[in-house]
Amino acid sequence: MTGALVLAAAVAAAAVVPLTGRDYYATLMLPFFAYSVALLGLNLMFGTTGLLSFGHALFLAVGGYTAAYLGSALRVRSLEAMLVVAMVAAVVVAVPVGWLCVRYVRIYFGMLTLAFGMLFYSFLYKFYALTGGDEGIPVARPLLLGRAFGDLDKTGYLVGPYYYYSLALCVVAALTMWRIVRSPLGLSLRAIRENADKAAYVGVRVRRYRFYAFVIAAVFAAAGGVLLVVPTGLASPTLAYWTHSGNLVFMLLLGGFSHFFGPVLGAFVFIFLQDQVMSVTEYWRFVFGVVLAAVVIFLPHGLMSLVVRRVDA
Amino acid sequence: MTPLLAARDVVKRYGDVQALSGVSLTVREGEFVSIIGPNGAGKTTLVNVLTGLLRPSSGSVAFKGRDVAGVGPVRLAALGMARSFQLVNVFPGLTVAETLSVPALARLGRAGRPFASLAGNTGVADSVAEMAELFGLADKLGRPVRTLPQGDKKLLDVASAFALRPDVILMDEPTSGVSTRDKTAIMETLVQAAERLGVKAIIQVEHDMDIVFAYSDRIVALHQGRVLADAAPDAIRADAEVVATVLGVPR
Repeated sequence: MTGALVLAAAVAAAAVVPLTGRDYYATLMLPFFAYSVALLGLNLMFGTTGLLSFGHALFLAVGGYTAAYLGSALRVRSLEAMLVVAMVAAVVVAVPVGWLCVRYVRIYFGMLTLAFGMLFYSFLYKFYALTGGDEGIPVARPLLLGRAFGDLDKTGYLVGPYYYYSLALCVVAALTMWRIVRSPLGLSLRAIRENADKAAYVGVRVRRYRFYAFVIAAVFAAAGGVLLVVPTGLASPTLAYWTHSGNLVFMLLLGGFSHFFGPVLGAFVFIFLQDQVMSVTEYWRFVFGVVLAAVVIFLPHGLMSLVVRRVDA
Repeated sequence: MTPLLAARDVVKRYGDVQALSGVSLTVREGEFVSIIGPNGAGKTTLVNVLTGLLRPSSGSVAFKGRDVAGVGPVRLAALGMARSFQLVNVFPGLTVAETLSVPALARLGRAGRPFASLAGNTGVADSVAEMAELFGLADKLGRPVRTLPQGDKKLLDVASAFALRPDVILMDEPTSGVSTRDKTAIMETLVQAAERLGVKAIIQVEHDMDIVFAYSDRIVALHQGRVLADAAPDAIRADAEVVATVLGVPR
């Protein structure tokens, strides 16, 4: 119950941010929403199923490029259409990639996902005619529920309707994932994480359900990828680069993968910390390395382990 | 009547080592069969072959008349064979109720549903309650498995296999790691549960000869990958070779 109140308060607080008139912070919330959606999916694979992907940014890129391509090449402007097509595209890519990857576990799974991520990065980089190469594809401002909001300038659009659209999508994604984690599939995935051999002996189709988790995670990432590229206005190959996948893993560890909302907290802290540190030093990756080491050593269950203890006490 | 489980001339080689050299074994409905033998006799290999985990190098394994050599545990569970393990094999991070839900969902074909509710599964809830009651775990349903005492983990391991409502259950040393005092209690629980759930045959690997002779209808003695004897307990006791190689000093 306390948890539900905290959540309601968090959503309310997020809803108030644009009203404070501090547009800069409101625009920082946009990647937070996008990453939250992606991380909810990624954590189904890691926190719930026990498979750590080092190439998950591939599916952010699938989402981002789908949105960009639909907008520029096909003149599709509806964000809903972009989201739906991006999620379908993620399934199309995730089925063969996941089918191969889930044959492996632990570091072998991680390495294979990393390899596919880099393969996709090379594809985006080299197939200039289709992907725009290193320049990427610009993303035009999409329609939200069929409305253009032509009277708003770019910032007004982003911190206004687009902000609430992203927030709403984030809430829907969280509710959906909450349901999945607490479904029979979710329980089977947790059993697989705890003891895959035993799970098989009590009838759990281990490889198939790992595959389901992979595909679901890809779909969430693609939706997150669409949300991510609208504010930046560009889908570029760095979306799929391995450091981007690394950032996702960083956010998971930072917030805590063993709690449902850990990854969301991780995304929030990551983005605001990155903003602060970057304004002070260009060596922000060095600072982040120290932070990550400290989290892994002192807070193996992430920042969420601090928050939850406080809420429960 | 076709036997429930029939292994014919099973050979299993690991490189140059021959773990099983032509083992034949039949289990019929209503039987409690114990597999005994000294360490290295091939008991665990045989269990792994019988449960479809290992494909035999040659020979056949049929369950209910179907070839099941190497089909793997999930398929075998669906066909009606379950297994428990020598070393406690549980889900440490799940609760007792969750652990018992996993096989119940799998048996009902619902384990892969992504949007269904866990709470609304009446068949599953009934199964969990029944298993917990049969195995004396009813007051521990909410406990994380890692906090259970060893004996309860052992019972839960077996209970989760029974929750598949198998026709045949294969137990690898169900009382290993349990104090002598508790062994009989555990065996009584298992046998009663099997009866209540309509399990048609039990196969166990066991080292404790008191347990073996007290419960078995038939005993299969393995030695160096071969069947040394396959007979009723009295005949086994009277078999001088088995007594010398497997039982050691006569009791």
